[in-house]
Amino acid sequence: MEPMIQIRNVTKTFIGKGNQVEALKGISLDIQKGDIYGIIGMSGAGKSTLVRCLNFLERPTAGTVIIEDKDLSTLRERELRLVRTEIAMIFQHFNLLMQRNVLDNVCFPMEIAGKKRAEAVGRARELLKIVGLEEKEGSYPSQLSGGQKQRVAIARALANNPKILLCDESTSALDPATTKSILALLQQINREFGITIVIITHEMSVVQEVCSHVAIIDSGELAEHGTVEEVFRRPQSRAAKELVFMADARVEEMAGKRCIRIVFSENSSFEPVIANMVLECKAPVNILLADTKDIGGIAHGQMILQLPQDETVAERMIQYLRERKLAVEEVESYV
Amino acid sequence: MFELMIFEPAIFKMLGEDILTTLYMTLASTLLGYALGLPMGVALVVTAKDGLRPNGLVYKVLDITANIVRSIPFLILLILVIPLTRAIVGKNYGPTATVVPLTLAAAPFIARMVESSLLEVEKGVIEAAQSMGAGLWTIITKVMIGEARTSLIAGATIVLGTVLGYSAMAGVVGGGGLGDTAITYGYYRYETDIMLVTVVLLVLLVQIMQWTGMKLARKLDRRVN
Repeated sequence: MEPMIQIRNVTKTFIGKGNQVEALKGISLDIQKGDIYGIIGMSGAGKSTLVRCLNFLERPTAGTVIIEDKDLSTLRERELRLVRTEIAMIFQHFNLLMQRNVLDNVCFPMEIAGKKRAEAVGRARELLKIVGLEEKEGSYPSQLSGGQKQRVAIARALANNPKILLCDESTSALDPATTKSILALLQQINREFGITIVIITHEMSVVQEVCSHVAIIDSGELAEHGTVEEVFRRPQSRAAKELVFMADARVEEMAGKRCIRIVFSENSSFEPVIANMVLECKAPVNILLADTKDIGGIAHGQMILQLPQDETVAERMIQYLRERKLAVEEVESYV
Repeated sequence: MFELMIFEPAIFKMLGEDILTTLYMTLASTLLGYALGLPMGVALVVTAKDGLRPNGLVYKVLDITANIVRSIPFLILLILVIPLTRAIVGKNYGPTATVVPLTLAAAPFIARMVESSLLEVEKGVIEAAQSMGAGLWTIITKVMIGEARTSLIAGATIVLGTVLGYSAMAGVVGGGGLGDTAITYGYYRYETDIMLVTVVLLVLLVQIMQWTGMKLARKLDRRVN
């Protein structure tokens, strides 16, 4: 099957006063229909430019983007606008019309598409129900919380039955609980309407939570891509490792000692794996980093452990963890 | 001799007519000024370097035109455009004739007010509209003007006050209205009381316009409850 989005050698150079910035350096990527594709990178990596190239809000300097079978670089302005009605977008700062109420905000894209008012209002009410804001149709954005504003933006994005939903740092301005609920809503939309979703973020936790695939962008280049499972378990590139291990949380004291990183993906949350290992091997370990959470009874996430000096005990511990089906890798080269 | 003339019915009637004349000149010039200045302001924003349709040449021409017209003192402009006024209205004195230079003076000022109002609209909202497939016209009318309406109304209030002041200045050359009366009686005939009354009336008019304008702007603003 043809991919939903084919990114072909996309390059974007911004020309400023006397200097050139290469924001994207020949990125190629396929996104399949129905994927929730995470594009992650540190700030300044070029991911926001990349997402704007997907609907040609930013025209690539070279390369192209093919949506289904339409090569965007060959389209005229008018045809491009038509394609854009099929590629909805939500933003970090919501970008709602502040002078229109919730209902009229959701109606806006349908107004652009030339839909009749009565029809648009009916559809808008339907959408507000889906995002759980049917009570708020008469409110203005300034009266809503951040999470509610993003829900309105999502309802608005769905108005013209898009095939693709682009999310540009759409949870970065929200608190963790609200982030979770917005991500759950995106997942629901993906499941129920089969909309392909592209999520731009700088947070690995967002990718882990909802994405099926991930691409890591590092200084304008595609560093690594694959299923979230693969990339998270065995990050290859430096950028991927940094994001997975969370650069900020790196622990300096690990240097020179034997450390391992373990990834939880299929173990029961209720099994005290580390405690059992310590009891069995009769030696303490130092937990340097633990970032795990319970998703439906399964433990997800990672830990970094500092192992005892004794090599045989350390080996036994690794053996023990591998037997429990945990992915284990040494991280001494990392710090 | 020291009897106050303002209580005479004839004077009373004259001042009443003056108010109407002043309002006519102010409103007509402001309206016509917006007919020229609003598109000009929109064009300035759209053709600017980071606008929706950057066009260095168009922007420069509009920018310089606005600056030139705004730097000519109104009294001088009034005299400079007399041939034009005569060509359009047929004469160069009276309220309707005054509307011509007033409009010309107001238009670039309005363009600047509109420009600064529209620049307040967040780029993100415009980008959102573009991502929905909105064309230039939709973005200008529904997003830029729609979102900036509070600021545009506040700007219009300032414009009205300024044009009213200019219209009074036109009294020097027989423009009609309150300014004309103030100059005729106060300056040429030393009847200070009538001049003072016209000044009070001008102040009142500006106050009422300002108050109504700001109230309307606030009422239409949905960003505050």
